[in-house]
Amino acid sequence: MTIRWRDYKIHGFHDELIRSTGRPRPWARRLCKYFSALSDDELRNRQAASEAAIRAMGITFTVYSEKEGSIDRAWPFDIIPRVITGDEWRIVERGLRQRVRALNLFIDDIYHDRKIVKDKVFPKEILADSKNFRKQCIGVKPPRRIWAHICGSDLVRDKDGTMYVLEDNLRVPSGVSYMLENRQVMKRVFPELFEHYSIQPVDDYTAKLYDMLASISPRRRERPEIVVLTPGIYNSAYFEHSFLAQQMGAELVEGSDLVVGDDDCVYMRTITGLARVDVIYRRIDDLFIDPEVFNKESVLGVPGLMRAWLRGKVTLANAPGAGVADDKVVYAFVPQMIKYYLAEEPIIPNVETYLCIDKQQRDHVLANLDKLVVKPANESGGYGMLIGPQASSEERETFAKLIRRDPRNYIAQPLITLSTTPTLVGTHAEPRHLDLRPFILTGRDQYVTTGGLTRVALRKGSTVVNSSQGGGSKDTWIIDPEET
Amino acid sequence: MLSRVASRIYWMARYLERAENTARLVNVNTILLLDLPRNVTLGWRPLINISGSKVLFSRLFTRIDERNVVRFLISDLRNSSSLLSSLQAARENARTIRDIIPREGWEAINALYLQVQSALPAGLARHMRHDFLNEMVVHSQAITGLLAGTMLNDNGYDFLRLGRNLERGDMTSRIVDVRSENLLPEDPDTRLPFENIQWMSVLQSLSAYQGYKQRIQGPVRREAVVHFLLQDVDFPRSFAHCVREVNHCLHNLPHSKTLIKSCSGLAREVRRAPVDTMRKPELQRFIDHLQLQLGELHQQITNTYFSLQRTPPKKKKP
Repeated sequence: MTIRWRDYKIHGFHDELIRSTGRPRPWARRLCKYFSALSDDELRNRQAASEAAIRAMGITFTVYSEKEGSIDRAWPFDIIPRVITGDEWRIVERGLRQRVRALNLFIDDIYHDRKIVKDKVFPKEILADSKNFRKQCIGVKPPRRIWAHICGSDLVRDKDGTMYVLEDNLRVPSGVSYMLENRQVMKRVFPELFEHYSIQPVDDYTAKLYDMLASISPRRRERPEIVVLTPGIYNSAYFEHSFLAQQMGAELVEGSDLVVGDDDCVYMRTITGLARVDVIYRRIDDLFIDPEVFNKESVLGVPGLMRAWLRGKVTLANAPGAGVADDKVVYAFVPQMIKYYLAEEPIIPNVETYLCIDKQQRDHVLANLDKLVVKPANESGGYGMLIGPQASSEERETFAKLIRRDPRNYIAQPLITLSTTPTLVGTHAEPRHLDLRPFILTGRDQYVTTGGLTRVALRKGSTVVNSSQGGGSKDTWIIDPEET
Repeated sequence: MLSRVASRIYWMARYLERAENTARLVNVNTILLLDLPRNVTLGWRPLINISGSKVLFSRLFTRIDERNVVRFLISDLRNSSSLLSSLQAARENARTIRDIIPREGWEAINALYLQVQSALPAGLARHMRHDFLNEMVVHSQAITGLLAGTMLNDNGYDFLRLGRNLERGDMTSRIVDVRSENLLPEDPDTRLPFENIQWMSVLQSLSAYQGYKQRIQGPVRREAVVHFLLQDVDFPRSFAHCVREVNHCLHNLPHSKTLIKSCSGLAREVRRAPVDTMRKPELQRFIDHLQLQLGELHQQITNTYFSLQRTPPKKKKP
């Protein structure tokens, strides 16, 4: 049947590649033409080749099931790339830098003078009930006063084509390895596309990550000892942990490999004895990093790690307590933070957010539950949400009760109709919803990935892009307009 | 190199070697029993003794017969040394060090495990067993070769060879030990009926028959077999060879002075022992002693390189 763009139905969404039926956006014309020229067999072969490359490269994610234990699944990948113009991306990139600068200033302020609270820009009550606020961090000055070294912000595009930030992941954001591997797969399977387009490279991420981590080392050394701390092979992101460690030439360690001495330094156990560690890129949540301070049952962490961090003997990335800004109520204040700390206007808008803690806004939410999306403040991965327009009246009633009982922990947003992009289904293309997760590094310098990880909901009509729930991904191209 | 990584490489190699040795043992016993007349009751008991799991076996089974022993040694996951358990452990260890060993190494170990798992329990049936176990041995040898041809020859590879050779030396000594229980008469001048056939099977189980024949002309004789399996440093599965390999690896590793001393001592003892003239109790005492020494080496390696109890530096006294 091949891909016929005249048969591609947009259904009133914003589509990333197709402007209106049969008419690709200017910068996607050549790409669309290329794909429609492929025969059914060629399409099938390329998709099969991409799957073979993924298997051969061992790109997997781990799914845990009661029955089979943990299993590695091949990473689901769609061969039609997602394209963003360089002009648009330059603005988005500036907006992300701005946002993360403000977030770091906010976190540092919250653990020190709290000027933003004193100046009544950020309400005290919200802070008091913040789940990810860590009192142990008060007064701590991490190197360069940076808390969120690695940030993954989720961007979505609404019906009118505007790009919004949906949330900022400041704890242990994952997905960047898939962004890098997607490009490798694409280069293997469609080398000719890379000859015709100048697609901005993405491969320097791990070098930038290494530089950033080295720039926050407590000891000034030419090659500080950097390690990646993983919860182990049963973690769903283990592939990424080992990938990043390998690419950086850093040791991949588990909690039991590390020990904190009476001198408050962190050491790893090696065959030649103990070796001091300077920077830990930890992929374990705050509450599990140190059983002496947080979750006592945790076997993933390292006893004494917080002590070492507080004494400045080791740098943790991200810093403990950084998650205080990873709260959907705090999220609502990011535009104000940008104005307050940077005296700038926000470049990328937030999705309009109603705070249930505020009486007026709460009344509005309760009166419009059938139109809004309600989210708990500190869940991730889409858990515990109410999608008003799709919910039953019983479900809405339950949420009304939840909101009244604990208004601090709920926010509401209008339903964003995520944009779509052509995705291969058999041998033709159909629109599927997608988002974008760029990664922002902050150390001595700031760095934003070129594009990011595009996640796509492979099921028709679905807006759930998580790989554990039927999501897949695409290569993300940033191309310059004169190249079209 | 992280202690954990070193220990996982070591155990991966040990378990893989254990799986291979188990396949060899069961295979040869199966064939041997076909050659023996019915009234010679050798049976399956020696295999349980070799694997050192008499207690566990008797807890799980009431009868020592072919069916039970084969199941126990090959497919029973309740026996942590069974072929399947060993492969499972080798695979789990390999999985956590996928980035250290060559990718093809992990894939081959994974494939072997999956293949064995899917071939069971049909592979246990007598008419399938030989091919099934032989396949296992060949596959394991291929992995050894693959790693030799692709793995970085650094300390990681030293730990791999340490694990393999300690396990192998241990198994060779067990086989000599247990078989001499049945095959060595109290008086070295007596010959037991069918003794030669059985010593031949011992050699075959270790792929040693050809090598033995090249070294020693004439019929298979127990004195020469015992000497060959314990003392011939040129045969890759002999005890002496394994100890020499271990010694060689230790020289590449840091902090190995004490270890090298113990290992060289052991090598000397093996070389000098008059095993061909030893009577049964004497030989058995000697082999017991060798095994204890291997266990001691393992313990020292663990303490020196893998132990997670190593204490961090204390605060300097003011």
